[in-house]
Amino acid sequence: MPKTTAKAPAKPAKAPAKPARQARSAKATTKADRTYDAIVIGGGHNGLTNAAYLAKAGKKVLVLERRHIVGGAAITEELRPGFWFTTFSYALSLLRPDIIHELELTKHGFMPILMPSTFCPMEDGNYLLLTQDHGENLKEIARHSPRDADAYEAFNHDVGKVCQAIKPLLDMVPPDIFSDDPEELIALAALGSRFKKLEKKVLHDAVRLLTGSAADFLDDYFESDVLKGYMASSSIIGTKVGPYSQGSGLVLLYHLLGEHDGEFGAWAFHKRGNGGFTQVLARAAESFGVEIRLESPVENVITSNGRATGVALADGTEFLAPVVVSALDPRRTFLELVEPRELPTDLVDTIERFRFQGTSAKVNFALDGYPEYPALPGRTDQYRGFTNIGPSMEYLERAFDDGKYGWYSKRPYLDCAIQSAVDPDMAPPGKAVLSSFVQYAPYHLRESDWDTEKENLGDTVQAVLESFFPGFGDLVLQREVRTPLDIERTVGLSEGNIFAGEFLAPQMFFFRPAPGWSQYRTPIDGYYQCGSGTHPGGCVMGAPGKLAAGQILKDLRKN
Amino acid sequence: MIRTTPFHERTSALNETGLWEHWSNHLAAVRYSPSEKFEYFAVRNSAGLFDSSPLYKYRIAGPDAERFLGGVLVRDIRACRPGHAQYTAWCDDRGFVVEDGVVLRLGREEFLLTAAEPNLDYFERLIGRLDVGIEEVTDRWAVLAVQGPRARALLGALTSDVEALPYFGLTSTRIGKVPVMVSRTGYTGDLGYEIWVPAADALKVWDAVWQASRGQGVLPIGMTALYMARIEAGLVLLDVDFHSSRFAWTDADRTTPTELGLGWMLRNLDADDREFIGRDAIARELRDGTSRWRLGGLIVDWRDYDRIYDAAGLVPPKDHTPIHDEYYVYDDELNQLGYATSQMYSPMLQRHIALARVPLDRSTPGSRVKLELAVSHRYEYFDAEVARLPLFNPARRTA
Repeated sequence: MPKTTAKAPAKPAKAPAKPARQARSAKATTKADRTYDAIVIGGGHNGLTNAAYLAKAGKKVLVLERRHIVGGAAITEELRPGFWFTTFSYALSLLRPDIIHELELTKHGFMPILMPSTFCPMEDGNYLLLTQDHGENLKEIARHSPRDADAYEAFNHDVGKVCQAIKPLLDMVPPDIFSDDPEELIALAALGSRFKKLEKKVLHDAVRLLTGSAADFLDDYFESDVLKGYMASSSIIGTKVGPYSQGSGLVLLYHLLGEHDGEFGAWAFHKRGNGGFTQVLARAAESFGVEIRLESPVENVITSNGRATGVALADGTEFLAPVVVSALDPRRTFLELVEPRELPTDLVDTIERFRFQGTSAKVNFALDGYPEYPALPGRTDQYRGFTNIGPSMEYLERAFDDGKYGWYSKRPYLDCAIQSAVDPDMAPPGKAVLSSFVQYAPYHLRESDWDTEKENLGDTVQAVLESFFPGFGDLVLQREVRTPLDIERTVGLSEGNIFAGEFLAPQMFFFRPAPGWSQYRTPIDGYYQCGSGTHPGGCVMGAPGKLAAGQILKDLRKN
Repeated sequence: MIRTTPFHERTSALNETGLWEHWSNHLAAVRYSPSEKFEYFAVRNSAGLFDSSPLYKYRIAGPDAERFLGGVLVRDIRACRPGHAQYTAWCDDRGFVVEDGVVLRLGREEFLLTAAEPNLDYFERLIGRLDVGIEEVTDRWAVLAVQGPRARALLGALTSDVEALPYFGLTSTRIGKVPVMVSRTGYTGDLGYEIWVPAADALKVWDAVWQASRGQGVLPIGMTALYMARIEAGLVLLDVDFHSSRFAWTDADRTTPTELGLGWMLRNLDADDREFIGRDAIARELRDGTSRWRLGGLIVDWRDYDRIYDAAGLVPPKDHTPIHDEYYVYDDELNQLGYATSQMYSPMLQRHIALARVPLDRSTPGSRVKLELAVSHRYEYFDAEVARLPLFNPARRTA
């Protein structure tokens, strides 16, 4: 009989303040030590969320994380003493509010700090600065176009109605349209009836956004280039589309669906960045009994007679569980962790055709002080939110033109955030960290590779910042460039796609990641998927992890 | 004529909004920036600077000062040694709260007591034959509250005397060469200090604190951010959460310390040999269990909140603006149980919260009640849970 010896504590006695603190557990020596109710592969935010829900339901859960730190792409690292970098993911908006409550995150330090402004510098030295003062925002917009001031109100109203209509889709398992199961048919009918109840305009707007281009939609409302540039920026994030591409409307809508304290489209900066958030999530998971093992790369899922029975680590260690959940992207979940031979051919084909084509990079800076914008001398309050370097739709589209043909943009779109202006713990007093999301930086470069181009991309980004903030380069203490290849190598996201798969209509909802496999199950019994490659997709949302846990628990109750 | 505080020259330059409240007929910034919520986050994540100067202040001194306060204040002033402060209340002889305030013990025979409203006449009439003098010194002192997790390090850079200052400790020190008193007190429920500065030197101290706090996310905060913090901290506000028994028309508007959630002040009543005003009535109340309600926290059920707004076709608002008004509390059969006096959406707790008076049998944490709120022009009844105050209580507050 296997004996239980030296069982690793499920919860550390005291949660240390610094990140990267999950202990490497004591060595598992017996089979009983290595047996769980469920094993989650990957300690990103969805893996942790999934594990926490399973543990909260009483399951003994193990999370296996390849790296020395949990969080996946949502990590914060002290790359220079006192300077904390949100290496990849950098703000919070789409996180499902029910997860905050159900996992009791506020007890573990959850702290989404308001980002009270949005700053959009313009190439002619002018700017658009939006704050929390609604009346002032209308005046500020009117400075660029008097018509756009009330158009802005109309836009927010119309889009708010669409968000209200679409939002429930983020929190539901997509019905299986290929199933004759009465339960699925009922779910499908309920979905149809929900849309049937919508006002004609709301439904039409929703379809226009879901299928059309951001530019077409925005042109209906606005004439100001800088306002449209700012709005359209949300239509390209992480996706290989330009604002004039059909399909960019979907990405725009997706980002507008985010919320902060009930306000659609608003973003928050979590205390210590998204790495601070995933540390909170890890503490919550541990409080429910989840065991987290770091530096434990899973080599493959062990299957027997068509069902999953456990996982093997790269070093040969095996862990056993009747439920194995992959929080990795669809390519890794279906083509690497299991043998394609074990799967239906049409699924393998679909996953092989699944578009990743990462197109974003990060360039993070440690700064000796705050950059000065010439039109706002001596001021820094404009940096308390995003600084959007995308002054017109044309600017964004021209940046896309480079990306389309396999090169990084000469003048890239930059979504910057001087995070120390929101959370002073990110940098020493008076110093700053600037996170710059960069697009377009396609994974596949024509006639070169990212190891060669990495610092050139950094120079390109720095030059753009210099052009808006003269003297920027003199402030740079350190620069960190993270190309799509770095994202793939470090985080494991295929082709560096930040959403674990493109946000394109044929890869969403019923079809994410593949027709017939949108309900978190796989063809292998006991093997599930819970990463951002499943519905509703990427961003630090947690919904895939939560919804997958619901399916797993439902299946366990049935069996 | 409207007055300004000794810090006004600085605060008015910083107030970008032009919005001012009248606090004891002094201008007090509503918010300095377009976002009071960001100011609130400064308190919870860095530090906020709040101008508390308009508070009424009384200097109570003389050989019998301790005896006088021992007979007037609910908490035993003898336990407050020089170099300490005490949050306390004073009651009428029926055991109803007149007001609350903080008393600083400057020396064996010298105290400074704060109050929200004038109390000089009330106190003077209670002196009798005791050898004690009471003097209003409201305008003599400027008070700058430095509140938030960075407060200790920030003041520590200006004077080493605050590093080891315990919760409700008081010290005399210098900031920017100006002699000041610093107490570890505040109205935010966070780690925090209040600097007591002779009014003439206020700007020097403000400038020193301001200079030391640059580049650290420290912001001046207005009344709205302060109110947000105080509701989370369960700190009561006169004329909102209670009324002075002196000026209430009926007992329905009077409250005892126990009813106001200040029962902890009476914890050692049996061992306390003082005959303070209201003691007998309070002892009777405790003995007979005649308290009519207890002020506690309410946390609104988030599912119910979202469900009711969804059903009305609305996006559930999560508005942090503090609401200082009455909202009624019911049981499941919609019999009124009590009422809430302050409420808001708490960004730290991510819930709608309230301070509410509920009957004793419903005051146990976890008790379920319903809070009445209007949604789409009709009353709806939201599930809520009674919770212990303070609702937000970081370890750093007292550590």
